[in-house]
Amino acid sequence: MAFIALRAMVKKDLQLFFSDRKAVIMSFAVPIAIASFFGAVFGGVSNAGEPTRIPIMVADQDKGVISTSIVTTISADKALRVALTTPDSVRDAVRNGRVSVGVVIPAGFGDAAGLSFFNGQSKPELELLYDPSRNAELGMVRGMLMGDVIQAVSKEVFTGSRGGVLAEQSMQQLDASDMPADQKQRLRDVLAATRNLEQGNAKNGTSVSAPGMTTPYTVKEIAATANPNAGYNGYAHSFGGMGIQFLLMAAIDLGIGILLERQRGLWKRLRSAPVSRAALMGGKALSGTLISLMTLLVSFTFAIVVFKVRIHGSILGFLGIAGATALMASTFGLLVASVGRTPNTARRAAIFATLMMVMLGGAWIPSFIFPSWLQEATKVVPVRWAVNGLDDMTWRGVGFSGAVAPIVILLGFAALFCGIAVWRFRWEE
Amino acid sequence: MFGRTFSLMLEIKNLRKTYGDLVAVDDVSFTLEQGQLIGLLGPNGAGKTTTVSMIAGLVTPDRGEVRIGGVMLKGDTDPIKRKIGLVPQDLALYDELCPTDNLRFFGALYGMSGTPLSAAIKDVLDLVGLADRARDAVKNFSGGMKRRLNLAAGLLHDPDIILLDEPTVGVDPQSRNAIFDNLELLKSRGKALLYTTHYMEEVERMADRIVVIDHGKVIANDTLAGLHSQAPAKPGERPSLEAVFLTLTGRSLRD
Repeated sequence: MAFIALRAMVKKDLQLFFSDRKAVIMSFAVPIAIASFFGAVFGGVSNAGEPTRIPIMVADQDKGVISTSIVTTISADKALRVALTTPDSVRDAVRNGRVSVGVVIPAGFGDAAGLSFFNGQSKPELELLYDPSRNAELGMVRGMLMGDVIQAVSKEVFTGSRGGVLAEQSMQQLDASDMPADQKQRLRDVLAATRNLEQGNAKNGTSVSAPGMTTPYTVKEIAATANPNAGYNGYAHSFGGMGIQFLLMAAIDLGIGILLERQRGLWKRLRSAPVSRAALMGGKALSGTLISLMTLLVSFTFAIVVFKVRIHGSILGFLGIAGATALMASTFGLLVASVGRTPNTARRAAIFATLMMVMLGGAWIPSFIFPSWLQEATKVVPVRWAVNGLDDMTWRGVGFSGAVAPIVILLGFAALFCGIAVWRFRWEE
Repeated sequence: MFGRTFSLMLEIKNLRKTYGDLVAVDDVSFTLEQGQLIGLLGPNGAGKTTTVSMIAGLVTPDRGEVRIGGVMLKGDTDPIKRKIGLVPQDLALYDELCPTDNLRFFGALYGMSGTPLSAAIKDVLDLVGLADRARDAVKNFSGGMKRRLNLAAGLLHDPDIILLDEPTVGVDPQSRNAIFDNLELLKSRGKALLYTTHYMEEVERMADRIVVIDHGKVIANDTLAGLHSQAPAKPGERPSLEAVFLTLTGRSLRD
């Protein structure tokens, strides 16, 4: 008899859920839409290790050999997407936030940079404009620009057509300086060698193709995931995070629904039947879990089909974490019903608790961005285990063993929520 | 001396329930027999609903006992609860579902399923005149139709005792009359009915006995004729039940 009642409760809740088609569509469409947005913001799908390019604008007022070389070098940088324009356009674009960084190469910059390469004096200024709200990108562009400019200037100084002229001018400045004679002579030898190299190239009609001064190493970038075939996919994280957020929001509706059933007298009818409290609570928890799991799986199916999210880890582990998360969310709904006195007060408190949980659990922003102390502190938040668990099973490619801890902990939270709900629930009318 | 003999269906003994300092029900006792309808009257806050809730197992009494067919009611899952049908004052229905789905769910709570459940659904919908609307969403029903369906849900599992908490609130005369007809039919089938209401004429029309509760206590438990004798009346006239009620409970406002 208990099974018949339990089955009927689940069936009834599913009927109620599917009876409002607009609400059903919204409950599936909204998390998908928001997760799609967050996924795009957090990097979307990685393309064979190619990083996202930072758009910058460059204005070359110099138009000399060295400045042209600088522009060519930074345009070839795979971390930047360079647009050439006028200085006014650069300033305007940065001011209006269309690009985060702009570079203006002033007239005479190339030769001045070439001369200061040896004497270290009278360094020309490179105008670097930046959007103050995007300091992180400024830092990245500054670092890349330094390497690119040194490479372009040194290449031109040592092997380019302006190298001889600049070496000659540098020697004249050296001769006029008050540097000690022995140091002056050693530096003069270097400059003379540079001039002779350029003159020799010109005389023979050949050129030494040198890259200029470059960083003395290359970097082999390896996306370090548990599965060699796995790669970061921002959508995997966002669909996990947003999916869990909306499960909790749906759980609030579950809890509010119970309070409304009480207000409408339905709970009296349920309680007057020979059905145990465990069956009544269990029925609600089970139907809530099924609806939550369905919502999560539909969202992930969309992400798999449209955004190429893949479960690189254990499918069983993924399903286990999804199921445990759905149960945790469902019992959170029972908790809402048990501690809420009225639907309105319960809704306010539950929304606040949910937003805290999803924020601290890394559903919005991945928890690895958190300060280390916060990463430790947020381990008491169930959402953290759910989000990280789904990340592990999808783009990190962790095997089933990595799913055990999240599943156990999420089931523990579900038991805790359920226990408090049964203890605190106002059974008597 | 040649009257019908009724078997005792419901026995309430010394029920008491308090909420903090408030004594909601204090030493309430009465009995209900097969084929009998008891009208439970009382001002607002007198303790009627708390009494009905204790009989239905919704509220645990502090003291006293509820016996159904001689068996004491114990716990949520006591099978004896199958003998009770509750028709709450609220329209305890799922508006989004049709009557059939509502009743299928409520029937399952009593362990009913399959063909017996389908047959029971058909019977109660026929009884309350909603058979032709069995598949329409309840949200599109009038107040009277919802009241009739609310009654049907309480009768679905064929209980021996039916607790009716103001079952005609807010319905039009036609639906009210239909509900009265249903209750008369149930009485004739031997069901025991406990009927709570504020409408005196309903009790006058149907009740075999009337229990008046005030401040949590039973202040009268008699037949209509017996109650009439308790209020002053002009010579040759019989006082109305309302006059009797006001004599017993006073004229001060109750909120």
